[in-house]
Amino acid sequence: MQDILTKKIFDVDEVRKDFPILSREVDGKPLVYFDNAATSQKPQSVINAISDYYSNYNANIHRGVYSISIKASEAYENAKIKVKEFINASSEREIIFTRGTTEAINLITYSYGLENVNEGDEIIISEMEHHANIVPWQVLCEKKKAALKVIPVNDSGELLIDEYKKLLSDKTKIVAIGHISNSLGTINPVKEIIRLAKEKSKDIAVVVDGAQAIHHTKVDVKDIGADFYVFSSHKMYGPMGIGVLYGRSELLEAMPPYQTGGDMISTVSFKGTTYNDIPMKFEAGTPNVEGAVGLTAAIDYINCIGFEAIHKQETELLEYATAQLNEINGLRIIGTAKKKTGVISFVVEGLNALDIGIMLDTNGVAVRTGQHCTEPLMDRFGVPGTVRASFAFYNTKEEIDIFVDALKKAIEILK
Amino acid sequence: MDKKIEEIEEEIVDEFSFFESWQDKYEYIIELGKKLKGYPEDKQTGEYKVKGCQSSVWLVTDEADGRITFKADSDSTIVKGLIALLIRVLNNRTPDEILNAKLDFIGKTGLQQHLAQTRANGLAAMIKQMKMYALAYKAKQQI
Ligand SMILES: Cc1ncc(COP(=O)(O)O)c(C=O)c1O
Repeated sequence: MQDILTKKIFDVDEVRKDFPILSREVDGKPLVYFDNAATSQKPQSVINAISDYYSNYNANIHRGVYSISIKASEAYENAKIKVKEFINASSEREIIFTRGTTEAINLITYSYGLENVNEGDEIIISEMEHHANIVPWQVLCEKKKAALKVIPVNDSGELLIDEYKKLLSDKTKIVAIGHISNSLGTINPVKEIIRLAKEKSKDIAVVVDGAQAIHHTKVDVKDIGADFYVFSSHKMYGPMGIGVLYGRSELLEAMPPYQTGGDMISTVSFKGTTYNDIPMKFEAGTPNVEGAVGLTAAIDYINCIGFEAIHKQETELLEYATAQLNEINGLRIIGTAKKKTGVISFVVEGLNALDIGIMLDTNGVAVRTGQHCTEPLMDRFGVPGTVRASFAFYNTKEEIDIFVDALKKAIEILK
Repeated sequence: MDKKIEEIEEEIVDEFSFFESWQDKYEYIIELGKKLKGYPEDKQTGEYKVKGCQSSVWLVTDEADGRITFKADSDSTIVKGLIALLIRVLNNRTPDEILNAKLDFIGKTGLQQHLAQTRANGLAAMIKQMKMYALAYKAKQQI
């Protein structure tokens, strides 16, 4: 832990030592992990924090009067403060822990959505959304006879903001938009998107799906003006099974609970029940304390590396890989936005993405193939699926060389 | 067809044992995939599509003298290679032979372990579909 916290100068070889999985081999070859957009690897400090929790102070929280329960409760509350500071929320009361991005969006649709969206209203999303930011809104629209409006993207994979302006209307109740696209890497101008919505009406709630942004760029929810901002711990070097719903306290206070049971209540009698205050109102049942502890360690780790170093390394990797891939005959990169993160989706003429993925795996290179939970976007680009390589700051140019060599070999074999 | 299903399976297991790395095994599968031809183009439709694949797979059957023949295609060369192996084992067999085939070669070649975790390749769906056809022919024979 200590050496991590005092690390100052970014040295990728040193950083890699923090991630035990990065030194493993696959089929006798070093693992080249390029599926970071699906989930990130975990530093030793996160693994240790979870192990320490179970070894030393595992207890149920918020009800024990004994010391280890008090320590576990403190760790859980401390995680909320960590997250609050990390995204610059006004108060830790605005931080709700969920299972992940998907559950956070479902919470918003079931609680805020059912309460505020009515027949004839409209919800705006975009063509590049992850299924997690499409399907819950579709379900809400069906239930409420509301209409789903979709912002189209251009050939580079950028949102058409002029089209968005046209979609905003007096009927718009919610705008739900991804901060960064998991399939294309496009960084969307969320601050502008939110400003435009608020200019139309202060009552339009804007939900930002930050699953792909939270670990790549400094997120300041107050600066961008989001009403809701959601993300998953597992994509930001933290454990699986926990995620965050940030909501402006004013909105959260007015919202009905999503699930009910223990912990989220104030008093219970058979005549009726009163609910706890936020954020507890939205956290029914025993929460994921292990996850909260791991997430705290992950945020510490990110803060220690620093977004400046992360951004520099990931940008270098993106540029290096893009240049090399563009040299390959018949290869087309899908998603060439001016502003993008370390995600490269591509197709190779005449070849199947799955075949390429399997052949890369035989060289130890882990990439994602298929539709990446963005089927409408694949339709937009007229491809059945892509191969996607996504980078993290712990990846290296040497790994990109291995990847490109393996790719060239795979193409030769498959052609 | 003189060789038994088990004999052909044994041959395949032998062939795969020559290759040391997975890369070589897949190269061989790709070679088989490229050689698998003759699927009728007009039958690349939803009706003949095998469900449950990240890639598209089409399968048609025919029957003569109580024996079933298969033709298949896929947009994935590797999947095509896997189908080629299945066809080599199950082609020109009686419905009973197909229904009773244990297809141990998939486990013995290591393909099971390598492919089973991912739904993507749809190997299991393909086998199921072939057995379904066999069952349908068997039912027809008994009428
Ligand atoms: C943009 C985006 N939104 C939502 C999700 C869903 O996240 P989770 O599966 O952690 O709930 C993902 C993860 O793949 C994503 O990339």
